[in-house]
Amino acid sequence: MYVAVKGGEKAIDNAHRLLASTRRGDPAVPAIGVDQIDGQLGIAVARVMAEGSLYDRRIAALAIKQARGDLIEAIFLVRAYRTTLPRFGYSQPLDTDAMFIARRISATYKDLPGGQVLGPTFDYTHRLIDFALETDADAPEAPAESNEQPAPAPHVTALLDGEGLIERNPAPAVDAVVGDLTREPLSFPADRDLRLQNLARGDEGFLLALGYSTQRGFGRTHPFVGEVRFGEVEVEFFAEELGFAVPLGRIEVTECEMVTQFRGGAGAPPQFTRGYGLVFGQSERKAMSMALVDRALRTREFGEDIDAPAQDEEFVLSHSDNVQATGFVEHLKLPHYVDFQAELGLIRTLRAEHAARRAPDAAEPAERREAAE
Amino acid sequence: MRDTKMADLSTPTSILSPGLPEAVREAQSVFRSLMMALARPGTVRRIAVPVQSPGNLSPAATAIALALCDFETPIWLDEDLSSDEAILRYLRFHTGAPVTPDRGKAHFAFVSSGTQMIDFDAFSPGTLEYPDRSATLVVPVDELEEGRGWRLTGPGIASESRLLAGPLHPGFVTALAENRLLFPRGIDVVFVSGDRIAALPRTTAVEV
Amino acid sequence: MNAPAASGYNFAYLDEQTKRMIRRAILKAIAIPGYQVPFASREMPMPYGWGTGGVQVTASIIGEDDVLKVIDQGSDDTTNAVSIRKFFEKTTGVATTTATGEATIIQTRHRIPEAPLTEGQVLVYQVPIPEPLRFLEPRETETRTMHALEEYGLMHVKLYEDIARHGHIATSYDYPVMVAGRYLMDPSPTPKFDNPKMHRSAALQLFGAGREKRIYAIPPYTDVVSLDFEDHPFEVNRFDTPCALCGASGVYLDEVVLDDRGRRMFVCSDTDHCETRRADGHRGADGDATP
Repeated sequence: MYVAVKGGEKAIDNAHRLLASTRRGDPAVPAIGVDQIDGQLGIAVARVMAEGSLYDRRIAALAIKQARGDLIEAIFLVRAYRTTLPRFGYSQPLDTDAMFIARRISATYKDLPGGQVLGPTFDYTHRLIDFALETDADAPEAPAESNEQPAPAPHVTALLDGEGLIERNPAPAVDAVVGDLTREPLSFPADRDLRLQNLARGDEGFLLALGYSTQRGFGRTHPFVGEVRFGEVEVEFFAEELGFAVPLGRIEVTECEMVTQFRGGAGAPPQFTRGYGLVFGQSERKAMSMALVDRALRTREFGEDIDAPAQDEEFVLSHSDNVQATGFVEHLKLPHYVDFQAELGLIRTLRAEHAARRAPDAAEPAERREAAE
Repeated sequence: MRDTKMADLSTPTSILSPGLPEAVREAQSVFRSLMMALARPGTVRRIAVPVQSPGNLSPAATAIALALCDFETPIWLDEDLSSDEAILRYLRFHTGAPVTPDRGKAHFAFVSSGTQMIDFDAFSPGTLEYPDRSATLVVPVDELEEGRGWRLTGPGIASESRLLAGPLHPGFVTALAENRLLFPRGIDVVFVSGDRIAALPRTTAVEV
Repeated sequence: MNAPAASGYNFAYLDEQTKRMIRRAILKAIAIPGYQVPFASREMPMPYGWGTGGVQVTASIIGEDDVLKVIDQGSDDTTNAVSIRKFFEKTTGVATTTATGEATIIQTRHRIPEAPLTEGQVLVYQVPIPEPLRFLEPRETETRTMHALEEYGLMHVKLYEDIARHGHIATSYDYPVMVAGRYLMDPSPTPKFDNPKMHRSAALQLFGAGREKRIYAIPPYTDVVSLDFEDHPFEVNRFDTPCALCGASGVYLDEVVLDDRGRRMFVCSDTDHCETRRADGHRGADGDATP
């Protein structure tokens, strides 16, 4: 006996209850705290803030907890929260020259003003599972603190610029409005401000793969890491009623400046070009990938041929957003039986016609009968 | 309740008449009337919200501005309206919309009367790629009645509908006809009379 | 101010600035039937691809006096329809219904109700890919130019190739239509069975694609013509049997697999239509088999 499917509402409620208890796991094990996530899974928090486009460590940590550690789900939660927040305006551009540096390395110079600062990094660690971590071993030694005034660390690209070896960053027009793809739908061609915003929100894995593809020859850019720096920068907001910028607080960012393929020729002397990456928190992988893809996407600007995926603006910008991508991929789970029924009907018809064509003898009597009637 | 309207606190509010007292509900109601007016050209609808419109701006035109305009929609006002400081202040305060002297940049254009010649060509009809980047023109008339007057045909109209809107400058109907030829580009016209509205999207053919 | 049913959020979830932006896009969409208006789609609390476009359109048009119906695959009781209906119950407090005739707004995924819609009703479609030419030309820059120049030859070629290969136009849903003689439009993945219902419908039809950030519309009484050829006229899917529950014919049916021995049953996809007919005393071959 056929019983029409009923009770969708109840099924959903039950599924949600089950999810809540699965998320919590064994109640005999202490629940993980938001402070613990923020303090001990800081790179996950950074990624959720960066791709969620919202600098709020606590919200990001909470989202990770709620999402059972599914970072794309956590990013989605943060985005949906962000979109409801009132907007007061745009901050002043960050001054990363004045960064309170925790880590800063250059691959183009052995030593340089401000020095190479290794900071907290997985680089040079041996990737051996540390079984001591399993048993909450003693707290690691506190790092040595230096009382020295940190030396100013000018950007490597500024050093190159001093010699005219690298293209200048175009100075923005005085009244230039910075685009915002969360307020205006993206249209093509998209300028660099919108491209960078899109990449900053883009999926780390997608950007990593695209950046990697440029290294393997799909849109080669001859990149050098001018520098990667990570640390805190001050965010300032220009208050109209006061007439000057007021500091809002500090945020952690990772910045990467790639020095890439030089150009020049008939009219202009040869110069290196730039690729730029900036993300919330510590994520060198994302900042570097972003810088590679940024440079690849500048092909139109430099009159280069567009023949690799990473150079294809519409392809890159339309597919970088993991919240959009995961939604659309996963929506295939939704019922599609109405459309499938239409396809079933069509394929049955086509198969019947195909069979009739393949077996003309078998079809003949029927036709003759018809003709006789 | 979150209110996205950014109040300019430097403006003395006491001299301004209020906007929509129940903004969320009333903006929806005004929009819905306009949406159905545009979807059914030739039908006359009432804007059922109390507004104390400033100066010479009709209540319906005021309600449309309050419901649909904000910092993203430059407004153009004809000389008569833009010379009235009370109207400028009211629109700036309640909508936050920039008032532009450039007709080509306007998303919404308000005129003080339909009897003057309105130069349709000066407003943006959009482009063939983006015909939505076009202006909406709000025109006040004394008489606005459905069931008689012009014969209207086009999308939104079952066979034909009739609309009486006037008085208008004699060149107005010609301008409408020329506007229709631009399709899919073109501007959309909303007639207002007191608290009543009717709309002619660019698709509507008008016969006198 | 209006107290929203779910505290902390505005009536219908969206903030007023977002609603204004979407409302302006809807007005343009109505004025240019079939043209896809770009809009700054917001992140919604449900995933992209699960109706965020339709939800944003509904949230922008809905008022306290509206009566909302939400269907997915023709049914009010599928999980996503339930989820969206609950979202609006929570954020607006408006009345909801499953009866097509009682609704002022119907949000749908993949179907158009069988009962003819009436003047004043608004049908809101959830759209995954709004661009009818997308699978023939993946680039937005190219398809935008094609629409600008009314250059739709590519689609005719595709349909004709179908005929050459299969003897039929091999598109059974998402079947392209011309709106008001100007714009080629994607009707969303409704089966082509439903295409004729769009033609000169008394209701206003609005389409929202959240992930792709497009809104488009068909005003009431507007020509919507499915593409075809003189020697291969457009035909809708036909079913050999009437609905097993209510006996309706000329309606769209779901095929229900009853066992692993190939037994099948065909029942109305539009559950409200089926229930209404059975309440009126209509019975199909298995009409007593269900609750």
